[in-house]
Amino acid sequence: MNEIGLTHILFLSAILFFIGVYGFLTRRNMVTMLMSIELILNSVNINFVAFNKFLHAGKLDGTFFTIFIITIAAAEAAVAIAIIIHLYRSSKSIDVNDADLMKF
Amino acid sequence: MSNYSIALIPLLPLATFVVLGLFGRKYLSAFAGIIGTISLLISSIISLVTAYQYFFISGKINGIYQPIIALKYSWLQFTPSVSIDMGIMLDPIAMMMIVVVTFVSLMVHIFSLGYMKGEERFATYYAFLALFTFSMLGLVLSSNIFQIYMFWELVGVSSFLLIGYYFDKPSAVAASKKAFIVTRFADLGFLIGILILAYSAETLDFGTLIARLTDASSPYFVNAAGASFIGISALTWGLVLVFLGGAGKSAMFPFHIWLPDAMEGPTPVSALIHAATMVVAGVFLVARLFPIFAFDAAALTVVTYVGAFSALFAAIIACTQTDIKRVLAYSTMSQIGYMMFSLGVAKHGGEGGLGYMASMFHLFTHAFFKSLLFLGAGAVIHLVHSNEMKDMGGLRKLMPITHITFLIACLAIAGIPPFAGFFSKEEILLAAFHSNKMVFFVALFTSGLTAFYMFRLYFSIFWSKESHVHENGHGEGTLSMKIPLIILAVLAVLAGFFPIASLVTSDGLALETHIDYLFSLTPVALAVAGILLASSLYKSENTKPQNIATTLGGLYIAAHKKFYMDELYLFITQKIIFNLIGKPAAWIDKNIVDGSMNLFADTTAQISDNIKGLQSGKLQQYASYFFVGVLGFMLLFIYLWN
Repeated sequence: MNEIGLTHILFLSAILFFIGVYGFLTRRNMVTMLMSIELILNSVNINFVAFNKFLHAGKLDGTFFTIFIITIAAAEAAVAIAIIIHLYRSSKSIDVNDADLMKF
Repeated sequence: MSNYSIALIPLLPLATFVVLGLFGRKYLSAFAGIIGTISLLISSIISLVTAYQYFFISGKINGIYQPIIALKYSWLQFTPSVSIDMGIMLDPIAMMMIVVVTFVSLMVHIFSLGYMKGEERFATYYAFLALFTFSMLGLVLSSNIFQIYMFWELVGVSSFLLIGYYFDKPSAVAASKKAFIVTRFADLGFLIGILILAYSAETLDFGTLIARLTDASSPYFVNAAGASFIGISALTWGLVLVFLGGAGKSAMFPFHIWLPDAMEGPTPVSALIHAATMVVAGVFLVARLFPIFAFDAAALTVVTYVGAFSALFAAIIACTQTDIKRVLAYSTMSQIGYMMFSLGVAKHGGEGGLGYMASMFHLFTHAFFKSLLFLGAGAVIHLVHSNEMKDMGGLRKLMPITHITFLIACLAIAGIPPFAGFFSKEEILLAAFHSNKMVFFVALFTSGLTAFYMFRLYFSIFWSKESHVHENGHGEGTLSMKIPLIILAVLAVLAGFFPIASLVTSDGLALETHIDYLFSLTPVALAVAGILLASSLYKSENTKPQNIATTLGGLYIAAHKKFYMDELYLFITQKIIFNLIGKPAAWIDKNIVDGSMNLFADTTAQISDNIKGLQSGKLQQYASYFFVGVLGFMLLFIYLWN
C-alpha cells in the first residue's frame, strides 16, 4: 500500500480551510462561527504536521507549533465564549448581525 | 523743579482717569468732579511753574531757547541703533501748549461741575475728560515722532468717547463714529508719512530728525530729497502725508466733515476739542516739524493753500448755519485755517519766522476766546435747552454775565483792538502780506466774514426778538459756570499783550514785532463793517436776512447745505467705494476665499458620506474584506514571484 502523499494532505487541509472560511462568512450564529475558526486553525495544524514530516523529517518544530496552536485555540475559545455570553446577556441574541453597534 | 515732576503733568490726569474709570461710578460719584478738578489744578500749577522756569530760567542758552530733553526712557529696543523711546521734550511751543491745555481743560472741568450736574454718568464724563487731557498733554510733550503718534491716536479715541457720550442718542453715536473714522483715515497718511521720514532719516527722535533732514549736505537729506515717486521727492511725500494726518485732526478741508457733527457731545467737551485739544494738534504737529517743512517749499505750499481755503470755506458756511454750536464749529475750522496758512507762509528763522510766531500766537489767543465762546454757548443751551438760533433771542437781560463775556469773545475773534484776537490776527495778516498777496486777500476777506457771522450769532442769541424763555429756576447757571466765563473773558482781553514774540519763535531767538497802525486799519475797518452789517440785519427781528438769502439763491442754499460736502462723501463712499471696491471685495471673500474652503470641506464630507457605508459594524463584512484583501495580496505576490 502506497504512503499517502503530501499533495493529498495539503488538499485536505485546503478543503478544511475553505469550509472554515465559508462557515465564518455565512453563518450568523456566533457559536457556529467560533467552530468555523476552529476548523481554520486545524487546517493550519494539518499543514504544520505534514510539512514537518515531509520536509524536515528529523525535527520537531512543526509539531511544537501545532501544540501551541491547540493551546491558544483553547484559550481563544474561552475568551470568545465569554464575549458571546456577554453579548447574549445584553441583547438576548447570539446573531452576529445584532452586534453591530460599532459603526459610523 | 525736578524732571520727574514734569512727568506729573500728564500723569496726574491719567491717574484721575484710572481712578474715576475704575471706581468712579460706584463709589466716587459725588466727588468725581472735585477729584478731577483738583488733580488738574495741580497739574496746571506744575505746568505753569515748568513753563516759567523754562522761559525765564533754564531754557535760554546764549539767548536762544533750546529744546531740553527732560526725561528719556528706552521703551522698545529692537537693535542697538533702532529703539522706540518715551520721553519728555521741553521747548517753547510745548511749554506754551501745556499751559494752554491744562488751563482750558481746568476751566472746562470747573464749568462742567455745574453744567453736567445730575448726569447719571457724571464720573465717567470726568474720567473721559481726564483721558482727553492726558492724551493731549502727552502729545505736546512727546520727544519723538512715534510717541506723538501714539498720543495722537489716544486723542482720537478719547474724542470718540466724549462725542459719543450721549450714547443713547443715535445722532451722537453716528457723530462719534464719523469723527473717529475720518480722523483715523487721515492718520493712515500720518503713519505712512512717519515711516517715510523715519526711514529716510533713520531716527524717530525729533531733534535728530530735524537736524538730519534740514542739512542739505547730509546723506539722509540727499537720499530723501533724491528719491522720488511720481515726480515728487520722498521728503515732500512724507511731509505732505504727515500734514494729511494733521489736517484730519485739525479739520482742514476736505477732512472737516467730522467737526460740525462733533457738536453732539456735551458742550464743555466741544470747548475742549475746539480750543485746546484735538483740533490744534494738527497745527502743533506742523509747528513741531516746522524746520523740515520750511526746508521743503512744495510741502509748505500745500499747507498754505489748504489752510487758506479752509479758512474761507468754513467762514462762508458759518454765515448760513442756524445751530449756534455749528456756527462756532465752522469758526474754529476757519481760525485753524488761519494758523495753518500762517505756518505755510513762514520761513525758518529771522524776520521770515513771523508767520510761525503769529500762528502760535493765534493758537494761544484762540484757545481762550474760543473756549469762552463754547462755554458761553453751553450756558445759553443750558438755559434754553435748544441749539437753534430761532429758539433764542433777547437773552441779554436773563444772563448778563454770559452776555458780556460772550460779547468780549466775539470782539476778540473779530479782531477788534485791544482784544486778544486783534494782535494775533494782525501778525498773521502781516506775515501773509509779506509773502503771498493772494493768501493775504483771502485772509482779509475771511476776517471781515468772521466779524459778520460772529455778530450774527451774538445778535441772534442776545438781541433780536424779545425773550420768550421762561425763567426756569436755575437762571444763568451755577457759580461754577460763571467763574470760568469771567476768568476766560479777562484772558480774552489780556492774552494779546502776552510777549509771545520774544518767547515762542521758529528759531528760539526773540522776534521784533510792532503793530503797524496803518496796516491794521484795513482789517479793523472790515471787521467793524462786518459787525455793523450784522447789527443792521440781526439786531432786531426783520425780514432782511430772509430777503438777502432769497436774492443769493443758489449760493445761499449751497452754503447752508455746507457745500454738499457730506453728500459728496456719502456719494463717494456709498456709491463709488462700496460698489467698486466693497462689493467686489465682499464677492471675492464670499465666493473665492470662503468658496475654496467650503469646496474642500464639502468634498471631504461628500467622500466620507459615500464611503462611510464600509464601516457597517457587521463583523462578517469586515472578514470578507480581509479575506478578499489577503487573496489579492496572495495573487500579487505569486505574480511578482515569477
